[in-house]
Amino acid sequence: MTLTLRALLGATVSLTLAGAALAETTITVATVNNGDMIRMQGLMDDFYAKHPDIKVEWVTLEENVLRQRVTTDIATKGGQFDVLTIGTYEVPIWGKQGWLVSLNDLPAEYDVDDLLPAIRGGLTVDGELYAAPFYGESSMVMYRKDLMEAAGLTMPEAPTWDDIKAAAAAMTDKSKEQYGICLRGKAGWGENMAFLTAMSNSYGARWFDENWRPQFDGEAWKATLTDYLAMMNEYGPPGAANNGFNENLSLFQQGKCGMWIDATVAASFVTNPNDSSVADKVGFALAPDTGKGKRGNWLWAWSLGIPAGTQKADAAKAFVAWATSKEYLEVVAAKEGWANVPPGTRASLYANPEYQKVPFAQMTLDSINSADPTNPTVDPVPYVGVQFVAIPEFQGLGTAVGQQFSAALAGTMTAEAALAAAQTLVTTEMTRSGYIK
Amino acid sequence: MARKVSNTRKTVVTLAAWSIGFLIFFPILWIIILGFKSEGDAIKTPLQVLFSDWTLQSYHDVQARSNYARHFWNSVILSVGSTMIALAIAIPAAWSMAFVPGKRTKDLLMWMLSTKMMPAVGVLVPMYLLFRDFGLLDSRIGLVGVLTLINLPIVVWMLYTYFKEIPGEILEAARMDGASLRSEILYVLTPMAVPGIASTMLLNIILAWNEAFWTLQLTTSQAAPLTQFIASYSSPEGLFYAKLSAASTMAIAPILILGWFSQKQLVRGLTFGAVK
Repeated sequence: MTLTLRALLGATVSLTLAGAALAETTITVATVNNGDMIRMQGLMDDFYAKHPDIKVEWVTLEENVLRQRVTTDIATKGGQFDVLTIGTYEVPIWGKQGWLVSLNDLPAEYDVDDLLPAIRGGLTVDGELYAAPFYGESSMVMYRKDLMEAAGLTMPEAPTWDDIKAAAAAMTDKSKEQYGICLRGKAGWGENMAFLTAMSNSYGARWFDENWRPQFDGEAWKATLTDYLAMMNEYGPPGAANNGFNENLSLFQQGKCGMWIDATVAASFVTNPNDSSVADKVGFALAPDTGKGKRGNWLWAWSLGIPAGTQKADAAKAFVAWATSKEYLEVVAAKEGWANVPPGTRASLYANPEYQKVPFAQMTLDSINSADPTNPTVDPVPYVGVQFVAIPEFQGLGTAVGQQFSAALAGTMTAEAALAAAQTLVTTEMTRSGYIK
Repeated sequence: MARKVSNTRKTVVTLAAWSIGFLIFFPILWIIILGFKSEGDAIKTPLQVLFSDWTLQSYHDVQARSNYARHFWNSVILSVGSTMIALAIAIPAAWSMAFVPGKRTKDLLMWMLSTKMMPAVGVLVPMYLLFRDFGLLDSRIGLVGVLTLINLPIVVWMLYTYFKEIPGEILEAARMDGASLRSEILYVLTPMAVPGIASTMLLNIILAWNEAFWTLQLTTSQAAPLTQFIASYSSPEGLFYAKLSAASTMAIAPILILGWFSQKQLVRGLTFGAVK
């Protein structure tokens, strides 16, 4: 009897220990709906093979919904997520607030020094890396080589805004629904203001001077907005005030745009013969400048961060390290080809001869390298960020200013009136928030 | 005696009604059509879209990527659960307001309706903190409670309007025959108000099914209904129109079918008491 009892007890203890060893840790990953993130969800077998004790639950949401959802959760310490997909705008703000776990202790084989300096710089606060970049992007000129050739023009690798204006004029034929240039016009801090803020950097403009005084009443902003409106009104598609990334992508793929200046990630869409009618006719160039030392391109990275309140930081770190590693890039390349590897994060990817064969690889790298989030403008500024200002107030401010500029594009107000309204509303908000004493 | 209407007038009115109906339904029809197109075709001009090839690829992709069944059952549980609880609370409340009104009944009704006037986002943080502290985040119970409270004013108002149309003398007669309050509501009032209760129930289910603020903010994965299923296919950067349309069609199909089969009941209930 005693023996039986002992045997039963022993078996129970063994089973309990075995169960504990096999116990799964489930982490919840909040992510955006973009091609690279969706692809990763299909490649999880590699992660599960390396970490059989971790299960990943995905929550995929539209970018703006996700932003609101995770901001609420992290600000209230709701603890609903263990890994967050966040942008370059959030990381410096959340890192300063102490809302994110530092990733400085990632293992040596992760090779943090391989991360592109511009991208890494945007994710680092006071020497602490607060998010690991999953995919990085800048913006560049995508143009129709056939239309340029027909117009007798050649696109320089590093064009000026005057080159762009001349090319737009030469390629426009509105009777054939062929528009020289397609740019973002839809209001929003991540929509038209991402483009216009980056463009303004190349004109020598800035959002604020060193004392946080708004600069929309300066000549540089006036020149930026006037040129943008002139190009769009003369050579742009109708209804451009409602056009964002997707609308312009659709126009370009249908062959209706001579040029499109937008995210480098669009290169894979416009050169995909399944979706694009102009796939074999697209050329790439750096975003334009005016010779003042800054180009009109932005810098963005979707990165993986770990909220400070998570109870599963170790499992979350294991996932982040895997998803942003060099090995993951090889997994994607092996299964989906090098053109589908998440771009813009690691120097080693661009040194890879296989990846160098991808037509837009070098231009993407050059575009990323030419943006500096810590020194984004010609004149000094007190903020970090190329196409945004990394302060919590910017989402609201950027969208409010974007509405003025979008209204100017729609023709309901003049450029001067839009700039004056922007100056007033930004001054009011910055004074109320205590930036302007 | 009915007025004479000429055939021409009849034709014009019928054509106008069908045209307006088609215009209202067109966005839904277009979503259904885009769901059967490839991503490349879905962004073309309307005529090119119509004459391009039809495919089930988007439905296949959506099925492969998402757990539709889980979202669907969550939607069913949330909408039906919240509607049943709201009805259980609202029927006695509407009875008392309709048949034994007090001095402040009208004010009370207006106050209930006024709670719908505040934007939901205004109470997001306090609600989130309450849910966090009570362990209700990403739970069906918590969301059923929220959806019940959100729609309760509308349910009470609708039932109150229907009950007002029922002659109080019938209830008095039941009382004279010795019916208790419970029997009066259950066996006399409710059967007479079935069309009104049915249309209220259907409308409430539709409202709860489509609720997309709280269901997105308070769920993560386990309790997430079809609203989150749709939100996962939208993107400001990328080509997802066909998949988004397929996901939207799958999300609205159940409620569309329910509305189709119950339209007689719905119209009867909504026009209840319109003609005396």
